[in-house]
Amino acid sequence: MRKALVFAIFLAWAAGLLAIPLFLSFGHPAAADMDTYYIENGQASAAANNIVTSIVFDFRGFDTLGESVVLFTAVTGVALMYRKMREGEEHADE
Amino acid sequence: MQMSKIVRTGAVILYPFIIIFGLYVILHGHLTPGGGFQGGAVVATAAALLLVSFSREDVRGMVRKAVLSVQESAGLLLFCGAGILGLLAGLPFFANVLANSGLLFGMPVVPGPNPGDLDTAGVIPIMNIAVGVEVWGGLAIILYYMLSGIRGEGA
Repeated sequence: MRKALVFAIFLAWAAGLLAIPLFLSFGHPAAADMDTYYIENGQASAAANNIVTSIVFDFRGFDTLGESVVLFTAVTGVALMYRKMREGEEHADE
Repeated sequence: MQMSKIVRTGAVILYPFIIIFGLYVILHGHLTPGGGFQGGAVVATAAALLLVSFSREDVRGMVRKAVLSVQESAGLLLFCGAGILGLLAGLPFFANVLANSGLLFGMPVVPGPNPGDLDTAGVIPIMNIAVGVEVWGGLAIILYYMLSGIRGEGA
C-alpha cells in the first residue's frame, strides 16, 4: 500500500516534469540581446575566431581567473591532505 | 609496482605524441575547439600514463614534482599578469589590450568564416598558454600525490 502510494507520487512527479517542456517554446529565448551582440561583434572586438574562447578568456576573463584559483586551491588541498596522512614518516620525495 | 613491459613500452611511445597534441590544443585555443583547460588536461594525461605504468623510482626522473609545482604557480601568475596588462594600459582588468594592436598576437581578424591566423586574438593565446601550463602542473601533481599516498604504505 505504502509502496504503491510512493510509486503513484513518483509517477505524478515524473509526468509533471515531462509535461513542462511541452508548454515551453524552444528556439526563442526571452533575452537574446546579449548573445546576439557576442555573435555579431565578438570576432571583431576580441580578434579571435573561436567565439567560445573569446567569451571565456576575454569577455568573462574574471570568471576564468576564479576557475584557475579553484584548481590551485584544490591542488593545495590535496598536497596538504597527503602531507598530513604521512606525518611522522620520512618524506621520500621531499 | 609497475605494469608489464608492453604497457611500459607503449606509454613511452605515446608520451611525446600526447604532449604534442595537448600543446596543439592549447596553442590553437583561439582558432579551434579547445583551449587552455582542455589542452592542459590532455597533457596531464601523458604524465598520468607514465605515473600509472612505471614504478615510482623509475618515474621520478621523468615526472618531477618540483617542476610541476613551479608550472602550476607560474601559470596562475602569468594568467594574473595577462589580466593586469589591461590595468597598466589604463583599461579595465582583463581588457584585451593586445587585440588589433599590431604587437604580439595583434593582427586583426578577417570577418566571417575563415580558417584563422595564429597571430591574432591579443591576450587570449597568452591566457590559454598560462591556463594550460597551470592545468598541466595541477592535474599531474594531484595524481603524483595520490599515487605516492597509495604506494607509501606498501613500498
